[in-house]
Amino acid sequence: MQVPELKDHVESIITDRTLSFHLRRHYLASAAESVLDHPPISDECREALDKRIICDMFEGNAPYRPRYILPDYAKALAQGSEYLELPPPDDFDDALNFLLILYTQVPSITGYPVYLGNLDTLLLPYADGIDDEHLYRSLRRFWVALDRMLPDGFVHTNIGPTDNRIARAILRLERELLQIVPNLTLKVDPDLTPDALLHEAVETVFVTGKPHFVNHSLMVRDLGEDYGVVSCYNSLMVGGGALTLARLNLKEVALRHSGSADSFISDTLPPYVELNAQLIEARIRYLVEEVGFFESDFLAREGLIDIDRFSAMYGIVGLAECVDTLMAYEGRDARYGHDAEANELSYRITEAIGEMVRNRPMPYTAGSGGRCLLHSQAGLDTDDGVTAGTRIPIGTEPGMFDHIMAVTPHHDRFPAGISDIFHVEDTARRNPEAMVDIVRGALDGGMRDFTFNLSSNEFIRITGYLVRKSDIAGFDEHGGRHGSTTFAAGSVRNSKVEDRAIKRVAIREHSPTRSPQ
Amino acid sequence: MSTARLGHLSSHIPFSLVDGPGNRFVLFLQGCNFNCPGCHNPHTIASCNGCGLCIDECPETALVIGLATQPDVDRHLCTMCEICVDVCPYDSTPLSRWVSVDDVVTMIRPAARYLSGVTVSGGEATLQADFVRDVFDAVKADPELSHLTTFVDSNGSAPQQTWDLLAPSTDGVMVDLKALDPSSHMTLTGASNESVLESIRYLHQLGLLYEVRLLLVAGVNDGAEAIDATCSWLRSAAPSARIKVIAYRDHGVRPSAADLRPPAPERLDAVAGQLRDTGFANVAVI
Repeated sequence: MQVPELKDHVESIITDRTLSFHLRRHYLASAAESVLDHPPISDECREALDKRIICDMFEGNAPYRPRYILPDYAKALAQGSEYLELPPPDDFDDALNFLLILYTQVPSITGYPVYLGNLDTLLLPYADGIDDEHLYRSLRRFWVALDRMLPDGFVHTNIGPTDNRIARAILRLERELLQIVPNLTLKVDPDLTPDALLHEAVETVFVTGKPHFVNHSLMVRDLGEDYGVVSCYNSLMVGGGALTLARLNLKEVALRHSGSADSFISDTLPPYVELNAQLIEARIRYLVEEVGFFESDFLAREGLIDIDRFSAMYGIVGLAECVDTLMAYEGRDARYGHDAEANELSYRITEAIGEMVRNRPMPYTAGSGGRCLLHSQAGLDTDDGVTAGTRIPIGTEPGMFDHIMAVTPHHDRFPAGISDIFHVEDTARRNPEAMVDIVRGALDGGMRDFTFNLSSNEFIRITGYLVRKSDIAGFDEHGGRHGSTTFAAGSVRNSKVEDRAIKRVAIREHSPTRSPQ
Repeated sequence: MSTARLGHLSSHIPFSLVDGPGNRFVLFLQGCNFNCPGCHNPHTIASCNGCGLCIDECPETALVIGLATQPDVDRHLCTMCEICVDVCPYDSTPLSRWVSVDDVVTMIRPAARYLSGVTVSGGEATLQADFVRDVFDAVKADPELSHLTTFVDSNGSAPQQTWDLLAPSTDGVMVDLKALDPSSHMTLTGASNESVLESIRYLHQLGLLYEVRLLLVAGVNDGAEAIDATCSWLRSAAPSARIKVIAYRDHGVRPSAADLRPPAPERLDAVAGQLRDTGFANVAVI
């Protein structure tokens, strides 16, 4: 960007009355970053990036912090923090206070922590001898503080898989407070998670659109016991995280192909898969080698993160359009999500990409065996005509059973997260057991994540994060308190979030409209 | 068991949140012995008589004259637009088909892990009681399906022998009570309610009565006197039943229902309140 353009850009941020002070400062930092050159990439990679066949998620030219960080909060609570001058907490309220302070010091791509920990597990050791009323009142203050101090829909906490009084208190607070923050995931295990807890979680979804339900045993298989779900559907290792995320737009690749679906997979696809990997590698090297994040940040110095627990996320989007395009090339009128032939092709494509990603070494990703983790990326607010990740296009989803059948085979292949959103009619309110059945079945059948929402809900899912319909409605006039609402306003304008045939949309962390290209 | 027996199936849905406890696979059987003006699925009432009127109306040319009375359906061409159903003057459909118990088991199997059970509805399911029993027996005998509960959704017209036939393989029955007053019942169903009342009483005795559904139509069966009588009759006949108070809805019904009106929402709530006061613990308003 040239200096006069940059001046205009900076001024437009500073004078934008729909942005809070904090968001203006956040975007100003992005503007400053844009003055630097992108880490070196090949001409082919540059061209693919410019055409957004591959995409760095508008993270910025000079990544100076990992995209997603999952501090080992259990370790922090046990050892205290020298840097923060905090001794280990020794009671429940001290533990909450300790965490709240620590959260403000955890970087991420959004500027807010994307992971707050598996809160029930973290806090249970401090809850002995605390009566229910005390526990509730303390957690309530804490919950309000999270929403007001960390106002971003990507701030995410986990509970489960066991049933316990803290998980129950958190679900109750969710129903009472109706906050956007934090986003919430319940880990579900057939042997560890009782129906009663699932039932209460389902009732909570009816009110708030939270929690997401994740397949604990599948996550443990792929990431080990100590994993967390962060931001939107990003599953990563605790004590580590994701250095970066870049995504491959399969629709764009399909548009550059001619010929059979077989030759797409064998010839056209592999070079683009490699270009996205090159983009990831260049950004990782810059972050680790030039910026030296892990040499300076106190989280690393105090052992709350370890570069050997980090990975990088290899995202894909636009599978639906890719498959439909390839089917049309073959003269077939078969659509992803509706026709077995199209679905079969979609499985071959994700299998092939998974194999290529598993075979492509990546530096500084020891957490995932020196390879990227595959991720079904849930969208950007500027996405138009390209469906998030491996989802079925909004408004064309088949009935829930067929929908589940169509998408389930993909879930096994995306250790770093995958999401399909089911909008459910209001009649479900009268039959929560039915949703318990479906959640159990979906996870048992191999889905990694199951997320649903009621069509009548005040909360609307944009990608994985929630906003209030009423906040979006007033956004253009007065702005919003939550950073993510800014993105959502763009997403609702650009896509069809609201006419999701009883279903939902995509995700984003950086607004490209605010990030100079 | 006789798995060779065939059933006349109108349609099925793999997931239903409104046909009994939990998520359920629902079979809608073809054929009903009531003729309710307010029926929302009138095409399930009669069997196809082979008149062929629908064949030319099908925009996909999916219907053809075959060997059977009923037109053959090319299921690859059919888009389920249901224009054939709309044009049928005889309250039937060319889309119904005869299926075996094995066919049904094969249909249920992929959905089984997502379900609490199977509900057979209609039409009137008990008109094909032998088939229903065989389906339920097959479900109970199949290792992948044996966790599923088996429910019948009925208009209550079946005689005791039918309930005795179904009882060993049935976990619950939901019965519509369209009206306690015989003449109101005649107006709303075209049939007497004597057997319905007997069925409710008998199913309660068998421990199989899961739910009684009261469909309220303004000015027909929602008056104070009618509700008082219904509450007190239910109290004696089925004191532990779940009660679902359902508002009649006047869209999608046949012209013969032109005079029927939905009750006011306040009336529904008042009826539900009265049922609760009568002692029914589980009353829902739909």
